[in-house]
Amino acid sequence: MTYEFLQHYWCFIVSLLGAILVFLLFVQGANSVARSLGYTDEATRLVYNSTGRKWEFTFTTLVTFGGAFFASFPLFYSTSFGGAYWLWMLILFTFVLQAVSYEFQNKLGNLLGPKTFQFFLTLNGIFGPLLLGGAVATFFEGSNFIIEKNNLINTEAITPVISHWANGSHGLDALLNPWVLILGFAVMFLARVLGILYVMNNVNDKDIRSRGSKLLLGNAIPFVVLFVAYAVHLLLKDGYAVAPDTGLIFMEPYKYLHNFLDMWYFLILFLIGVVLVLFGIGKTIFSKDYFNGIWPAGIGTVLVVLPLLLCSAWNNTSYYPSTADLQSSLTLANSCSSEFTLRTMFYVSFLVPFVLAYIIYCWHKIDAKKLDKEEILTDHAY
Amino acid sequence: MQNILLNIDAGTIDWSRAQFALTAIYHWLFVPLTLGLAVIMGIAETCYFRTKDMFWKNVAQFWQKLFGVNFAMGVATGIILEFEFGTNWSNYSWFVGDIFGAPLAIEGILAFFMESTFVAVMYFGWKKVSPGFHLASTWLTGLGATISAWWILVANAWMQYPVGCQFNPETMRHEMVDFFAVAFSPFAVGKFCHTVISSWIIGAVFVVAVSCWYLMKKREQKLAVVSIKIATIVGLIATLGAAFTGHISGQQVAKVQPMKLAAMEALYNGGTDQGLTAVAWVNPFSQPDYQNDESPAFKVDMPYALSIMATNDPHGFVPGINDLLNGYTLPDGTHELSVDEKIERGKLAIQTLADYRKAKAEGASEETLNAQLSTLNENMPYFGYGYMRDKLQAVPYIPVNFWAFRIMVGLGCLLLLYFLVLTIMAYDIPYISIIARRLLASLGIIPETAADNSDITNLPAWHYWLVIILVPLAYICSESGWLVAEFGRQPWTIQDMLPTWASVSDLHSSSVMLTFFIFLILFTTMLAVEIGILLKQIKKGPKS
Repeated sequence: MTYEFLQHYWCFIVSLLGAILVFLLFVQGANSVARSLGYTDEATRLVYNSTGRKWEFTFTTLVTFGGAFFASFPLFYSTSFGGAYWLWMLILFTFVLQAVSYEFQNKLGNLLGPKTFQFFLTLNGIFGPLLLGGAVATFFEGSNFIIEKNNLINTEAITPVISHWANGSHGLDALLNPWVLILGFAVMFLARVLGILYVMNNVNDKDIRSRGSKLLLGNAIPFVVLFVAYAVHLLLKDGYAVAPDTGLIFMEPYKYLHNFLDMWYFLILFLIGVVLVLFGIGKTIFSKDYFNGIWPAGIGTVLVVLPLLLCSAWNNTSYYPSTADLQSSLTLANSCSSEFTLRTMFYVSFLVPFVLAYIIYCWHKIDAKKLDKEEILTDHAY
Repeated sequence: MQNILLNIDAGTIDWSRAQFALTAIYHWLFVPLTLGLAVIMGIAETCYFRTKDMFWKNVAQFWQKLFGVNFAMGVATGIILEFEFGTNWSNYSWFVGDIFGAPLAIEGILAFFMESTFVAVMYFGWKKVSPGFHLASTWLTGLGATISAWWILVANAWMQYPVGCQFNPETMRHEMVDFFAVAFSPFAVGKFCHTVISSWIIGAVFVVAVSCWYLMKKREQKLAVVSIKIATIVGLIATLGAAFTGHISGQQVAKVQPMKLAAMEALYNGGTDQGLTAVAWVNPFSQPDYQNDESPAFKVDMPYALSIMATNDPHGFVPGINDLLNGYTLPDGTHELSVDEKIERGKLAIQTLADYRKAKAEGASEETLNAQLSTLNENMPYFGYGYMRDKLQAVPYIPVNFWAFRIMVGLGCLLLLYFLVLTIMAYDIPYISIIARRLLASLGIIPETAADNSDITNLPAWHYWLVIILVPLAYICSESGWLVAEFGRQPWTIQDMLPTWASVSDLHSSSVMLTFFIFLILFTTMLAVEIGILLKQIKKGPKS
């Protein structure tokens, strides 16, 4: 097990967590369309209760994604989080609001009333995926930062900080890049599509399922258009390459296209994923009694996002490029933890299948009977 | 490019500290109740599992309902804490992320998924899984929260007592070299035991208070009595455990963070045969003139107690703040450097590191590089001092440490007394209960009618109110413990390794100030909502 293997392994784990996170954003997506899916207050409550049984998985995956990134690539954690301060803070605010909204919304004694918390869920449902998608786009589009490790040895500095954002907007500048917004909106619409598919599968309600079918088309079209636009842009754009012998970063035409061609197995996974997502959407729209679209679309989402994230980092690519100073760009080699730490965490990662197994088992048990109005009236409900 | 990034204003450091403190203090309002209630509801559901009596199911579900309201806020504030290491302490995240990141990742993989999976089963699985599986889920929810506490306390303990790591001059950061030294450092074990056990006290006090409110209102009496009995035992064991583990923590602090101990005790000038300060006047609003004063005003000591606590020897030497600042020699002849000397050696370490990197870039000989590395390693223990400009920066804010420590210990003793009295009131312990109750009755503390049996349902209302008032006091006690732990470590983010001003992110203070106030408003509003909901739920009772 070489140091290089461990770097790639941890990149894979972080990317897998990222891909699963994008899939689990169906919680946010469903919340953003809850009012349209639910034709009455009672039906809207069904939607919230359906996503309410899964929101912690999304939240936990986000936290673990952050923790795994911190442990394996601390220079990314310190540069991106400390630099793009406002972008990450906005993401955090929306997720904090979501965390309390389920539990608080319909409880007696809620001083702010249920509508406030439902508004928070909608806010998180729209801006959570949008901003996370935008943050992912910076892996390809670049960010405005400079890193200078020698600042640590300057005792005259008030604060010997090594990572510096090269403008005063602290991450909000990313939202001025149209391609960042395009991927952000694509992720937002994808989350809505997945959310509709999930609710149609999880809630046993004829009217919700019928409305879901109609809503799906309206969200799938902008998703497909935005996604295809970004995919084409990505394959045609210059990418941030790393010279393996010197570690120097340089611009390479069609870098991400080259990555897909060099790592053809990722291209195959990517295409299978695209087909599965389209199949899940298409079959649900065209077949009146098919409600399992979340499974092919969900698996497809993971299969699309995983190779996309890996193509931003593997094959001698800078995964967090700097537009302010090319040589400050982050690569797997220059931003990772020590070999010892990565090796230790490698053994810890053996626990992941065990964790996945009990999650799947418990999820299966809870979802064995589809949610309906009666359960909300007789059981614990949000 | 070496001289860029030098324009961060000092306000950024203060606001970053304030924001982290705010988040941590709010987070700690919810976590101990989560950990404490997890034990109570686990016991109640175990009783249900064993007896199949629906009454116990109602008891378990009632406490689970309150647990859920509180749990959400713990999750919400917890995510902010994790990400603030990156957003506000980016230099720290790089400098020690190789070590510090691992516990956070393990916490996510092992603990958070366990919590989030089984909490869903606990709430929504009553009719969907077997009673045994449900019981296991309830305990696993609590276990997940406890494992989470373990890993985050491992991370915190490492900041107090950095072990298992080595500085790498090539990468300019500390790197982990011994995972087990980090994961099972004695500081981590002590901190975990003290923190988790003290959380059970919060849970127990909360349960007793809610139950006493029912007794006062003459409703839900059966639930109230059994809940008090469970919580009393949990609370008594926890207060005794917290006292014991607190003593161990104190000894560890004396060993590795003597400045913190000196600040806790307002011990300006140390020596042998040191007494523990029982009473003294330290102005809470200004740093005392420790350089010129002998000791705080009106100081009354418990003779030898501090020496015993710190060294297990009544004649043991305990250094004071001035000893630590100016250097001192132990009775065995060991000399401890002054802070000025440490600053000098820290600056030498930093300069040597700069020279080493320059020499390496210029292709210097192996011999030169090895000599520089040897100097660097020799002075590395003082690296953090190299960022200091004045030795007085090494002294934490004494009033907060002094008073927070006293509040923690004082309220801790009160809680121990409280659970002792509750035990003899709620249980019929042969001989002890009857004698103690009669003594209390003769002093007029409890009515004569309560002296001969363990009936706690008919006490005068003021008894119940007294118990309810203890809830905020228990929280103050718990938060004070954290104030001692964190204020006492100042100015260090990582003890002796990295001061706060070398740990922050490159942000303007106005940005951090703005997010501080956003969090303040957000957390305060949510806390008000949570309290409102909890009170309504309690008022509605278990049958709702």
